[in-house]
Amino acid sequence: MNALKTPPPHLEACGISKRFGSVQALEDVSINVQPGSFQALLGENGAGKSTIVKCLMGFYHADSGEIRINGTPTRIASPQAARRLGLGMVFQHFTLIPSMTVAENLILARPNLPFVIDWKSETRQLADFLKQAPFQVDPHSRVSTLSAGQKQKVEILKELYLETRLLILDEPTSVLTRDEADEVLGFIHRLVKKGELSALLITHKFREVMAYCDEVTVLRRGRFVGGGKTASLDVSGMAEMMMGEARVRNEAVGTRSPAGRSVLRIEGLRARGDNGLEVLHGIDLTVRAGEIVGIAGVSGNGQRELVEVIAGQRGATGGRISVNDEDHRPTRAMLRNHKFCTLPEEPLKNAAVARMTVAENMAFGVFDQPPFQRAGFLLDRKAIARLGRDLIAKFSVHPPSPDAPIGELSGGNVQRAILARELSSGQVSVLVAANPVFGLDFKAVDFIHERLLQTRNQGVAVLLLSEDLDELLELADRVLVMSGGMIVHETTPEKADPAAIGRQMAGHHS
Amino acid sequence: MKRGEAILVPLGAMIAGLLVFGLFCAALGLNPLAVYASIYKAGFGSWYSWQNTLVRASPLLLCGLCTAIPARAGMIVIGNEGAVVAGGLGAATVGLATLSLPPVLSLTIMALSAMVCGGIWIAFGAALQHYRGVSAVISGLLLNYLAVALMNQLIEGPLRDPSSFNSPASYPLTPDHRLAYFAGTHIHHGLIFGAVACVLAWFLIDRTTFGFAMKIAGGNVRAARLAGLPVGRLVVIAGFLGGACAGLAGMIEVAAVHGRANESLNAGYGYSGILVAFLARQNPLVIVLVSLLTGGLLASGGVLQREHDLPDATIAVLQGILFLFILLSDTLYGRLPFFRSRTPEPKPHAIAA
Repeated sequence: MNALKTPPPHLEACGISKRFGSVQALEDVSINVQPGSFQALLGENGAGKSTIVKCLMGFYHADSGEIRINGTPTRIASPQAARRLGLGMVFQHFTLIPSMTVAENLILARPNLPFVIDWKSETRQLADFLKQAPFQVDPHSRVSTLSAGQKQKVEILKELYLETRLLILDEPTSVLTRDEADEVLGFIHRLVKKGELSALLITHKFREVMAYCDEVTVLRRGRFVGGGKTASLDVSGMAEMMMGEARVRNEAVGTRSPAGRSVLRIEGLRARGDNGLEVLHGIDLTVRAGEIVGIAGVSGNGQRELVEVIAGQRGATGGRISVNDEDHRPTRAMLRNHKFCTLPEEPLKNAAVARMTVAENMAFGVFDQPPFQRAGFLLDRKAIARLGRDLIAKFSVHPPSPDAPIGELSGGNVQRAILARELSSGQVSVLVAANPVFGLDFKAVDFIHERLLQTRNQGVAVLLLSEDLDELLELADRVLVMSGGMIVHETTPEKADPAAIGRQMAGHHS
Repeated sequence: MKRGEAILVPLGAMIAGLLVFGLFCAALGLNPLAVYASIYKAGFGSWYSWQNTLVRASPLLLCGLCTAIPARAGMIVIGNEGAVVAGGLGAATVGLATLSLPPVLSLTIMALSAMVCGGIWIAFGAALQHYRGVSAVISGLLLNYLAVALMNQLIEGPLRDPSSFNSPASYPLTPDHRLAYFAGTHIHHGLIFGAVACVLAWFLIDRTTFGFAMKIAGGNVRAARLAGLPVGRLVVIAGFLGGACAGLAGMIEVAAVHGRANESLNAGYGYSGILVAFLARQNPLVIVLVSLLTGGLLASGGVLQREHDLPDATIAVLQGILFLFILLSDTLYGRLPFFRSRTPEPKPHAIAA
């Protein structure tokens, strides 16, 4: 515990840039964490927050820029090197081993552990350490029996036990209740005030920033867009920096006819998450013909589960989905009758069979219909190959080889291939798309956006879920905000106030 | 390129397996080359040995399909042995009950009964996996024991022929109610069942929309659900079809080889069928070829015992070694540099979260 007396390091990152393929993830971003300060790093998904902290922690190496520790330029080659400098990180998801006790988890995390562990002396040292810890956790309880809040506290204790002086927290409260979040952040806040720790908190939640942080840095699309002392900022100012101004819509792809009658209707939809707890608490929404309804929200608020229920990959526990006032379930007959198409996120994982060919993957919706099915049970492979060549040309999939396994294509081309399949299976009347451009380069993004607008202009009811608010404000005719498994706000891009949307997304429903 | 890989990788694995088996023989003080020569002679050396090989290949064809068909729907089936036994019991029971019917009718009923029994046996494991999350590997293994226990119960109880003293067996089928032989050989007509089943299975998987739907469900359940396919039904039907093949193998053993149900039903054809399916990369047409090879191996067991004084289990050792190498070689696909495609693959674009 002597180490607690060494002061936290002064960390400066100057002009950091980082590029992944064709995507500029960070451009000239600087961060300055003074010893004994609690700084917030704000930004939307994809703004570059995780990238910059991963550069600080030695997971990534910046293309240009400099990191200084106490004024000395330092190269952080690996996470181990970062740890030696007193930098530690707590992740959104737990890294503890559930079947082990708290004590075992803490002790085994220590670097340079001897081959044979002297558990008696280790346990004694740990007990001494825990005695001085500001909150009590029974070191002998199994991690799997702890609540989410307790686990997160153990993660933080682990960092302190490993003598971390500058703690980076990547959305540590996203899996916690509000009370648990307050307890955890309050604990860190007290350590910072005592001068024993500096902290850099990645979050979307303004409430936490206002309550606990001294300083704010806001990133947007890989760039520094603002910041300063928390005391001199307010929530709407920060939200505006985070979201940016609503952009002018690109009307290049045909003209839009006014929205028609309501086509897709979801009423009181409920579903449980992977952990058995309810994550959709009664979703109500309507999409009319010829309109794009966007659903905005921070990931993890039920969007993934909503798409899974619509796609038939997750059972609903209540509520109703209907198309043109007829009940809809994702069976082949209904998908065909209702002309219902879904473009889920991560298409390789959710919508394709990696080892089947591009042409075969494009035939999933139609293979049991003429001309692909003959005599009621025979598969016409030539017809499938023709379909493949046709769609590959129409949607410019690269490489243009229908016989290649789809798993060998790049992300953007898989997305194009699946979009081609979904939009080509006869007349479409409903399209549900989830994060359709996530992880794609700009060219692919523009292509897919144009197709979505074209589809809308042909009178299709489009439901678009995205974590990128700019994308929604650019494409959607109405925007719904989803938070905590409910639709909490509705607006149109013309009237949209990014700050208000940001507050709603972050759970400020006032 | 891909085709070359699909042939050369299993071939290489077989050669490696044979080499290790050679070491095993050398350790026993034998000349490995002489042992290989004996295996070849006993399996493929003469028309007589070919006949032995073909007799053993017929149940192998069907047992290989028992693993290969469900594999297309994404299931690993190893309950072949249980399905063979269940099918054999199903065949023997109705066969003995229909001795008064014309032989062709009786044999047809026996075949159908065997297919239903074997089919339900594997479909049950498939349903357990799909609807209840019980691994089909575990349930298949346990169901094997259950089938053997059921067989012992029946042939020592209600079906027991009182004249069978040492090894219990059911009453025998009358000679005219048994499967016939090809003229002048001791190869029975069961071989036709096996060969036809392989061609039909290939046709089903490769040329029908049902097979296509099965491949989607086996490749990615989430994509299959998205496409609105009834995944549970597909998986259970695939299990049933595979089990029906193994059941038919049991019927052949009862109606052609033994003429009754006895412990020989449980002679390991089911387990060898797993090896066959994996060696054939779950391709029904390749199963035909691999079954011949494996049938030859099995046929050479007796010769090894007689000529080299090797223990009875030697062929089981060779099979086990081959199977290990085949499973190991599965991890080599796409990794051997000389099979890589010449065109550079497009790099996926990554983005920071």
